[in-house]
Amino acid sequence: MTPSAREAPLVRVENLSVYFNAGRAGFWGQKQLRVHAVEGLGFDIFPGETLGLVGESGSGKSTTGRAILGRVPVSEGRIFFRGEEISHADREKNRQLSKHMQLVFQDPYASLNPRMKIVDIVAEPLLVHGRVKRPKEAVETVSRLLERVGLPPDALDRYPHAFSGGQRQRVGIARAIALKPEFIVADEPVSALDVSIRAQVVNLLQDLQAEFGIAYLFIAHDLAVVRHISHRIAIMYAGKIVELAPRALIYDRPVHPYTQALLSAVPVPDPPVQRARKRIIYAGEPPNPLEPPPGCRFQSRCPFVDRHCVQNAPPLTEREAGQWAACWNC
Amino acid sequence: MTAAPEAPLLEVEDLRVYFYTRAGVVQGARGVSFSVHQGETLGIVGESGSGKSVSVQAVMGLIHAPGCIEGGDIRYKGRSLLDTAGRKTQRIVRGKEISMIFQDPMTSLNPVFTVGTQITEVLRHHLNMDWTEAHRRAKELLELVDINAPEKRLKQYPHELSGGMRQRVMIAISLACEPQLLIADEPTTALDVTVQAQILELLTDLQQRLNVSVILITHDLGIVAQLCHRVAVMYAGRIIEVGTADEIFANPIHPYTRGLLNATPRLDVVTERMVSIEGVPPNLISPPRGCAFSPRCAKADNACDKAQSLTDIGENRQVCCWREASK
Repeated sequence: MTPSAREAPLVRVENLSVYFNAGRAGFWGQKQLRVHAVEGLGFDIFPGETLGLVGESGSGKSTTGRAILGRVPVSEGRIFFRGEEISHADREKNRQLSKHMQLVFQDPYASLNPRMKIVDIVAEPLLVHGRVKRPKEAVETVSRLLERVGLPPDALDRYPHAFSGGQRQRVGIARAIALKPEFIVADEPVSALDVSIRAQVVNLLQDLQAEFGIAYLFIAHDLAVVRHISHRIAIMYAGKIVELAPRALIYDRPVHPYTQALLSAVPVPDPPVQRARKRIIYAGEPPNPLEPPPGCRFQSRCPFVDRHCVQNAPPLTEREAGQWAACWNC
Repeated sequence: MTAAPEAPLLEVEDLRVYFYTRAGVVQGARGVSFSVHQGETLGIVGESGSGKSVSVQAVMGLIHAPGCIEGGDIRYKGRSLLDTAGRKTQRIVRGKEISMIFQDPMTSLNPVFTVGTQITEVLRHHLNMDWTEAHRRAKELLELVDINAPEKRLKQYPHELSGGMRQRVMIAISLACEPQLLIADEPTTALDVTVQAQILELLTDLQQRLNVSVILITHDLGIVAQLCHRVAVMYAGRIIEVGTADEIFANPIHPYTRGLLNATPRLDVVTERMVSIEGVPPNLISPPRGCAFSPRCAKADNACDKAQSLTDIGENRQVCCWREASK
């Protein structure tokens, strides 16, 4: 499913910045420390599309997902859902929005209440939005949802501890799709799962997308899984998008030096191929998010860095159709 | 690569490690056998709970209550580490000739001591070095693992270092006594992929330079493909296939190995649908008597209920599946 250009975006993010206060420093605490989690982010997500959001830990990908869902306050910039601005939605508005936008969490152990039965967990969104008055009335709907995500019918009356990680993630997905949302932020939904189980959950997410036309913001650090599930991919580094492109372009012709290094760093499970692959390894580590450098965030590790990069942050510019990269020298 | 006629450096035979929990006896390792030769890198792959960490912890003598080594033998250079005399040997060998790198560099370094103290401690304990000598050697070790400004790093505490840097310090500590066998238990799982690439590069380089044998435990088949000469695949507390890395990847024999390779998405190949292995691994409190994979195996039948063992099916190649072995 490729989004046509004429279609209106489901979610639009414009110049999004999220800062977190991190205490004070300096003489008498005159200096307010701010973590620059996300800075100047912009992208669209179209109906029925999967946008993969990739980056290393601390690059701001989860913050981005949470900002869209209104779970962390937006410091600057605007977020639109179906053309309506939602960047500073109040509690009631966010509650209304949760009918349309849901979240699937990374850790299937921490994201399900151990004292609630599966039926109550999955029925909760239905209760909150008044679709049913009592959990009992939801049994039929919940059984249908559980069946849809591939859980046995007897799961209803059991507690989360009785299930494996993969099965719990299915429960989390059933809860997320209970209200038939148009948009789901999947925050590393398969990172905690073993390889053989991971494929089951990825396939389920894809099937649900085909069936209900859900758009995903798929946050992950596993580039192989992202390639598999995404239509377009955004690569983040230290709070900024460095490259955004359809998946074929990202993997076949990456532009940004960070994207190139990231792709080459993933080992391929095939010894002769892996031995022959050229690995680009840049020394160093990401900048301190408390005091990011004024220019390009990748300057400390980039081999092509020059004076321009140190002073001015590069904007995202279009290279090929749909391929955007933020770099002065590539 | 493997030198066949030489006696293996480490031999693990029919190792059984059980954990006595309130829920029942968890059979973490159910008859694990493998060997490591001088200068080779053996990869042990498996999903969580397959017994890979438990097996090497037994080698390091790190199995504590409620865990217990129930049976089998571990021989280092031909000497058992498990009999009464072996306990003494183990105390000398462990940490000196066999050392270990743990998964999480955050929790395996002591937060209240400087990096320097933690490296020199090893040197003074095992090699009886005095302070000045140990300090000089610690600096060399940090240089060996490509840490810049070692003099400054020695005075820093773990929290002042990044994850990649901490893992380098861990590697430096593990190399302090010039071990012959290095056990790396998921050494890069906690790291980001570009930092992982740096550490893998370092491990490869050190392995070649120092000719140390390595046991690398991982769940990432890509890392195995990059680093390992031989591979042992574990499932539900048993090794189910052993072979050279090239052979295992090119021609996996056990249905689980095949399934695992198929289920691993590749960066260089686009597939329309991911192939999964249906079902879940068995409960190790009451593991099946026969092949533990049979409930998930498409080819399984009644005959798979009988006990199975690793069978030679060629040079350096073993598989634990009666159906495939008898072909």
